[in-house]
Amino acid sequence: MSAVTTDTAPAAPAPAPTAAPVLEASGVVMRFGGLTAVNDVDLTVRQGEIVGLIGPNGAGKTTFFNCLTGLYVPTEGTVRYRGQVLPPKPHLVTRAGIARTFQNIRLFANMTALENVLVGRHTRTKEGLFSAILRGPGYRRAEAESRERARELLEFCGLGAKADHLARNLPYGEQRKLEIARALASEPGLLLLDEPTAGMNPQETRAAEELVFAIRDLGIAVLVIEHDMKFIFNLCDRTAVLVQGRKIVEGDRETVQNDERVVTAYLGAPLEGTTAAQEDGQ
Amino acid sequence: MTTPESTAAEGTARESATHETSRVLPLPANPALGAVVAGGVLAAASSAMSWTWTADFPGDLTYYGSPAGLQWLALAGGVLTALLALAWRGLRGLRWLNPSGSANGVLFAALGTLAVCWYAVVAIAVELDGLVNLDPGGWLAAVGSLLAVLGALGLPLDRRRAVRHAELHWGLYAALVLSVVLRVGLDQGWALHAVPPGIRPIFTENLWFFVALPAVIAALRLWRLLDGWLRIGRIERPLPAARTLPAWAEILVVTAVFAVGLGMVEFGVSTEYGELFIGFLLLTAFGTAALLASGAVGRLRELTARHRAVTTGAAFAAAGAFPFTQSSETYVLIGTNILIFATVALGLNVVVGLAGLLDLGYVAFLGVGAYAAALVSGSRFSVFRDLHLPFPVAVLIGALAALVFGVVIGAPTLRLRGDYLAIVTLGFGEIFRIAMNNLDGKSGPSLTNGPNGIAAIPDVSLFGFDFGEAHDFGALHLGKNGNYLLLMLVATAVVVTVFARVANSRIGRAWVAIREDETAAEAMGINGFRVKLIAFALGATLAGLAGAVQAHVSGAISPDQYLFSGPTPPNSAFLLAAVILGGMGTISGPLVGAALLFLIPAKLEFLQQYQLLAFGTALVLLMRFRPEGLIASRRQRLEFHEAQLPAQAAPIDDVPTKTGA
Repeated sequence: MSAVTTDTAPAAPAPAPTAAPVLEASGVVMRFGGLTAVNDVDLTVRQGEIVGLIGPNGAGKTTFFNCLTGLYVPTEGTVRYRGQVLPPKPHLVTRAGIARTFQNIRLFANMTALENVLVGRHTRTKEGLFSAILRGPGYRRAEAESRERARELLEFCGLGAKADHLARNLPYGEQRKLEIARALASEPGLLLLDEPTAGMNPQETRAAEELVFAIRDLGIAVLVIEHDMKFIFNLCDRTAVLVQGRKIVEGDRETVQNDERVVTAYLGAPLEGTTAAQEDGQ
Repeated sequence: MTTPESTAAEGTARESATHETSRVLPLPANPALGAVVAGGVLAAASSAMSWTWTADFPGDLTYYGSPAGLQWLALAGGVLTALLALAWRGLRGLRWLNPSGSANGVLFAALGTLAVCWYAVVAIAVELDGLVNLDPGGWLAAVGSLLAVLGALGLPLDRRRAVRHAELHWGLYAALVLSVVLRVGLDQGWALHAVPPGIRPIFTENLWFFVALPAVIAALRLWRLLDGWLRIGRIERPLPAARTLPAWAEILVVTAVFAVGLGMVEFGVSTEYGELFIGFLLLTAFGTAALLASGAVGRLRELTARHRAVTTGAAFAAAGAFPFTQSSETYVLIGTNILIFATVALGLNVVVGLAGLLDLGYVAFLGVGAYAAALVSGSRFSVFRDLHLPFPVAVLIGALAALVFGVVIGAPTLRLRGDYLAIVTLGFGEIFRIAMNNLDGKSGPSLTNGPNGIAAIPDVSLFGFDFGEAHDFGALHLGKNGNYLLLMLVATAVVVTVFARVANSRIGRAWVAIREDETAAEAMGINGFRVKLIAFALGATLAGLAGAVQAHVSGAISPDQYLFSGPTPPNSAFLLAAVILGGMGTISGPLVGAALLFLIPAKLEFLQQYQLLAFGTALVLLMRFRPEGLIASRRQRLEFHEAQLPAQAAPIDDVPTKTGA
């Protein structure tokens, strides 16, 4: 049914629809007992794309994210990353190449910023207990490389000067950035951002936009949940709208903004005599 | 020299939203300082006088000219107070003692001296019945230390701006009045009519309770009044940049500090009577607070951070030198037991401090290692009595057995989180003990000799060196316990090395990440179960290693050495307390915590049935004033006292102008 309701023709300029899909979710259903939080959602993210995911509160966006990252095992449907079906364990998903941030920041509060990013490197390094105890030359090299890479990432996210600060002591905006740096440390092919600008002021939001573009330019596809429409429409090549667990529209800015179901979902049912297709105030 | 005005100006410069620098007593600056110095000197000088006329008081404080027992503490406290006061004033050559420029250190030192002197005086008066037993020296110590405290209260102290205490509930006052009335009534008999005859003894035999309750409430009230008046706070002042010393001088300082530390530990271990140990604890606590406030500890921390290898070496050298400084085998045995306890605590720190897994049955792994090693030690009580493997092999077997147990127990239990894990590990700890009790050939297969345990474990002999006999190296004498202390020290070194290397590695960071937020850690690609199992297994292995050595040191093992909680360490509860009290996630923390937790109960034996009460009170106080543990990890220092980050606390580079000249 999603094929019927979705306007999939992307008028987006940059990424050709022919680019290889990074993420293919098809028919994802997530039920909690009698509640269907995510209902038959298809979503494809291609190489080099920034895709937005919007929807009113409780629409199932974060649940859908959790299905993608193995935190939940979808009741039905499959999620493929570069053609491979994803294993249903978060750490295996990360190893496969999907990294995420959290809606309510979940940093390792009592570790320094650098250590947070180093933890993100976990899947890309393999030094175990014994090499840590023996501290051979191979271990030292790998550790030094990891640290260097982590510092680069902190620099990339604009946190170069904060490497030795405890994560909990960073200001809010920097905590968001640190979460992104930590996610990037796992060298993902797809980055999932869950409300990256929540609680930010306009300047910070703009900086976050720049950061997301820079991440895209690294060749990493981005899927982002956000409530800030300006942010989403500036950023995304394509946007999907989730309402009550269903994807009702997917497409570029115009398609989404002019869809009356979206307007209804956000603003409530139109009063009699008004048209739903009016400007939505963005 | 600093003028009072410049000190005050500096004080205002330091004022923040929560703290101010001001005097408690409105004294002029110079007389106040003079009083502190004079008080300190008087207290120190009193140690050379007689405090009481009779030798009945422990330690014999009757001599003129030679300090004994508590007088040594008064001397140390008085000298520290005077030196800190002069250092605060900026006296040339002493500035290193008070780099933070805070006067709080002076106050703490003076309070420590006061505590020691007044404790001694009161103890003399109480134990010998009356103030008449005091000699001039005792009076001088009391007056001098009081003078020092009063003077220190006239110095500009770092104080909290406001103290907000919740008012005591009126119900508590009602309870206070009621309990006093009841006490009188029960004593005189008229209140007894309200009590059924069957339960009367509960009231009549516990009359002390009706005094203790109001006393506690009154003490609480008094403390709040005192705290509201003093408002002494802890500001972590940024330390000014230190004058760089040549490396050899810094190393010399570190070594000297450890020599002093060794001396202090030795003094504490060999205190022969309770009064002296209490005095020692009082002075150590206040002295540490004083040096923390003055910044001397912070300075030292900088030094030790720069010379980590030297510091570790000095610490081990000091521990290794300990048996040579002792003439009594008993005290060396205490040292050995402390090392065993500390090593196991450090192993537990991997599980609790790094990975955040609350393991309440940890002592079982110590037991597994001990039993495995004892079984192959060639003891005639072992079921394999003909099997006498060399010591290193026995240790290896002990560690491996514990590893296997760790994995077997960990694999199912580590799927649980939090409280559930704690309960299950508690259960396994008890199962181990009961199983060892029953594997005696009657209730179960014959393996462990049941409650009798495995005794007569032969002494270790390595490379022809018999650990069971005393050895002389030139002038140095090493008894049996000394041998084992050095052996245990090697085991401790192994555990410390493993801990230090693992804590700061990929796997160590994964543990901390799991502790902080398991979901986020898994989303970062960490296989939570696997990583936790590794932590659990490593902790078990280290405990097994220590257990194997412990079996040989103590020569006999039995199931009731491995309790969840008991009067003597190591047991699971004490191990956990050592880790938390000392400082989670650090190396020196559990070592220090274990030493204290071993010494305090051992030295408080004279309190008899109140031993555990006093011990519990001490723990509560420690957790109240240092929630991060005695030795805070860098992380926890930032966590509990969010004041300044090192990078933000920019070094003040105008040191010379600040301290005067």
